[in-house]
Amino acid sequence: MKSKAKLNITNLNWGVSFLSAVMAIAIGLLFGLVILLISNASEALSGFAAIVQGGFADGAKGIGDVLYNATPIIMTGLSVGFAFKTGLFNIGSSGQFTMGAFAAVYVGIKWTFLSGSSHWIVALLAACIAGALWGLLPGILKAVANVHEVISSIMMNYIGMYFVNMLIVSNIHDKIKNQSLPVSKTAIIPKAGLDKVFGSQNINIGILIAVLMVVIIYFLINKTTFGYELKACGYSKDASKYAGINAKRNIILSMVIAGALSGLGGGLLYLAGSGKYLQVVDILAPQGFNGISVALLGMSNPIGILFAGLFIAHITVGGVNLQLYSFAPEVIDIIIAAIIYCGAFALLFKNIIFKFSKRKEKEGEGI
Amino acid sequence: MDYVIEMNKITKTFGDFKAVDDVTLKVERGEIHALLGENGAGKSTLMSVLFGLYTPEAGEIIIDKKKVKINNPNDANDLGIGMVHQHFKLVHNFTVLESIVLGMEDTKNGFLKMDEARKKVEKLSDRYKLKIDPDAQISDITVGMQQRVEILKMLYRDNDILIFDEPTAVLTQQEIEELMKIMRELTEEGKSIVFITHKLNEIKEAADRCTVLRKGKYIGTVDVKTTSKEQMSEMMVGRKVSFIIEKSDAKNLSPVLEVKNMTITNKFTKKNVVKNVSFNVKKGEILCIAGIDGNGQSELVQGITGLMAINSGHIFLNGKDITKKSIRHKCIEGIAHIPEDRQRYGLVLDYSLKENAVLQTYYQPCFQKNGIIKFDAVRDYAKKLISQYDIRSSQDEDSIVRGMSGGNQQKLIVAREIDRNPEIVIAVQPTRGLDVGAIEYIHHQLLSQREDGKAVLLVSFDLDEVMNVSDRILVMFEGEIVGDLNPKNTTVQELGLFMSGSKRSESYEIKSKA
Ligand SMILES: Nc1ncnc2c1ncn2[C@@H]1O[C@H](COP(=O)(O)OP(=O)(O)OP(=O)(O)O)[C@@H](O)[C@H]1O
Ligand SMILES: [Mg+2]
Repeated sequence: MKSKAKLNITNLNWGVSFLSAVMAIAIGLLFGLVILLISNASEALSGFAAIVQGGFADGAKGIGDVLYNATPIIMTGLSVGFAFKTGLFNIGSSGQFTMGAFAAVYVGIKWTFLSGSSHWIVALLAACIAGALWGLLPGILKAVANVHEVISSIMMNYIGMYFVNMLIVSNIHDKIKNQSLPVSKTAIIPKAGLDKVFGSQNINIGILIAVLMVVIIYFLINKTTFGYELKACGYSKDASKYAGINAKRNIILSMVIAGALSGLGGGLLYLAGSGKYLQVVDILAPQGFNGISVALLGMSNPIGILFAGLFIAHITVGGVNLQLYSFAPEVIDIIIAAIIYCGAFALLFKNIIFKFSKRKEKEGEGI
Repeated sequence: MDYVIEMNKITKTFGDFKAVDDVTLKVERGEIHALLGENGAGKSTLMSVLFGLYTPEAGEIIIDKKKVKINNPNDANDLGIGMVHQHFKLVHNFTVLESIVLGMEDTKNGFLKMDEARKKVEKLSDRYKLKIDPDAQISDITVGMQQRVEILKMLYRDNDILIFDEPTAVLTQQEIEELMKIMRELTEEGKSIVFITHKLNEIKEAADRCTVLRKGKYIGTVDVKTTSKEQMSEMMVGRKVSFIIEKSDAKNLSPVLEVKNMTITNKFTKKNVVKNVSFNVKKGEILCIAGIDGNGQSELVQGITGLMAINSGHIFLNGKDITKKSIRHKCIEGIAHIPEDRQRYGLVLDYSLKENAVLQTYYQPCFQKNGIIKFDAVRDYAKKLISQYDIRSSQDEDSIVRGMSGGNQQKLIVAREIDRNPEIVIAVQPTRGLDVGAIEYIHHQLLSQREDGKAVLLVSFDLDEVMNVSDRILVMFEGEIVGDLNPKNTTVQELGLFMSGSKRSESYEIKSKA
């Protein structure tokens, strides 16, 4: 009897989360359809089909592309979601991502004394460390001086962007294309035959690393004393102080880990060997902000984040296919943005469903 | 009979758990109707049904002889039903006026008619002598005042049926008396009141009739005048409860906790809230700090436990200086703390019961290995606490604490703190909001700590508790200790004089001036 009730509650929470994510997505898609209808009514339906089909339109290759696109945003999503569990809003994922990307590319180009697989591994570690450093600073500011992490990490985003531009120009600049030089072959993440399976040049074991990180973070949050402390701080500062939990240490550590995850995301993208280079442009890395949507859509739950990341990547690939139907590339961006935006409302829908079900009496336990 | 409320055969379940089981409650017009029951008996749940927060699975509600369906608090409001919740929450950075009008703004015209609202609030405040300043910030006023704001909110909405869910648990004796007066005035005007309390004295004093619940079931409704306190408590608990505590004489052993010249300054007002306080608590002693709420007791305790920084002074535990030590360290050294604000400090409300059971011990070898929590051990431990301390909840160790009844939340904290086998238990209002059975149990727990040669520092505003339980009483007034009394040689009246600052023990006269 008792265990049955327990099961119901867990199912219900998962169910509500899932349902609200689906609702968010549906509304986003609907909004996309409206935009398509406005911009080109005759092609709207086939265009819409392309979006919904996403990666599946191109068979195995499409799926490979989805996995490739999902990798960095799963990482930034994890980063934001993890910090969120501690009650921190890591809006600095973008800067951490950029720093990680640079560190990986730098090691990939310059540290040619590293041979074989040690090269890409060290490069990815460098990405983690650089990202962690970029999370460390807002963490320290928050813990010691109570500077709000949103403000300090937004500043860190810009500092990271300009700093990396400067470092590229002075160290690894390809003057003709105004971008970073190509990394050495040993620094490229191995494909382990995945390219053959999916018939796509982009995919590599990065997605497996991302999945591994999802598992690790899930374990960390739910099974360890460290996760227990982090969540306690996130839920109630006062109670965790009462419990003797060192909130300062946890805030710093949480930001460091969040930074490392974002940084790793940057490394995974730019060492993919997919012909992507660091550009010297004054634009914040969008992956960091997509990470916020992924985290919201996934309700800060690592498993949820994994699927949210895959979904957003799926839509992105679908958006690329939209070009076949004479839609302006900007329309594609708008639609993807709309869906991502609605993803951010998932939490709102969760509350609505929650209230609704409470009234409908299908509900028992609190949140 | 002229019933304003008839709740017939109401059932409300959470999952498989029947919180309210076939309960009938009939309230006459113009009466104060007490609702009595143990912690977790379903009182708040039943009232939440009446207020539209929960929809019952079975039963009917009849208001003013009309069968109604109450789907949400707005429906309740339309029927003239208002409620002051057990853990009421006002928005802190609002003014009193704003929080009263909140949700009742004149939305018809789209403009706020604050002037009219102010007039109405002032008029009501005068009429019921609530002494409310409409422009005060909620965060600046006492809990007692906040509660009056809640009452005014109901009056502002012209509610005729008023539900008070344990209003007196957070009030001082004087505030309680004033509240009773207000309640009586309200009923004289024909309003009807449902009054939840665990204090039988209050029921005797204020209520006309009393309905008793036990474990979600209806036990009976009695006329208060013709029923004794003992009878009521027996109906409620199902057995006899003794109100008298028997204990041996204190043994007068060496001190466990010594506080020397402690001073604490309020960060914002820069006033000294604790002024050069020194005392000690001995092994096998229950030392009680009495005083009117807000005279520095909370700060004193927070200073000892480390939740608040102290400005000067020293704290010794078993002779060791622990002044500068961390909260964790103090915890390990044997300080247990039952905090005043249980929902804010004592519990992580969104954690389950079992997670809260190990709030200060989760890192110890019995609950973790290599940083991985042994959830089976945690579960077993929580189960042990539940059965040993009779903590009731709908999902046992998996209940989310937020959904537990107020009294059972408190029991969980007490269980956790005492079970850690500490050197000293520092308990602030440990029995607040508990039923008589649970109070009896907790008093026995404190006494058995004392019998084991452990020390207890008890802060209480309940004079009966102070006189009954303690071996020695220190009275605090405006941040100072003004009296050191033996409960055997003093009376409640004398204690009252000390608490109001009109009397001081000799030894404290000179020191305080220095
Ligand atoms: N939202 C909820 N979800 C699950 N269980 C609940 C919920 N609300 C109440 N309960 C359970 O219902 C029972 C009755 O709770 P209720 O709050 O009505 O008790 P109460 O009589 O007001 O007790 P107290 O005097 O301690 O406030 C408790 O066992 C509680 O755990
Ligand atoms: Mg209650």
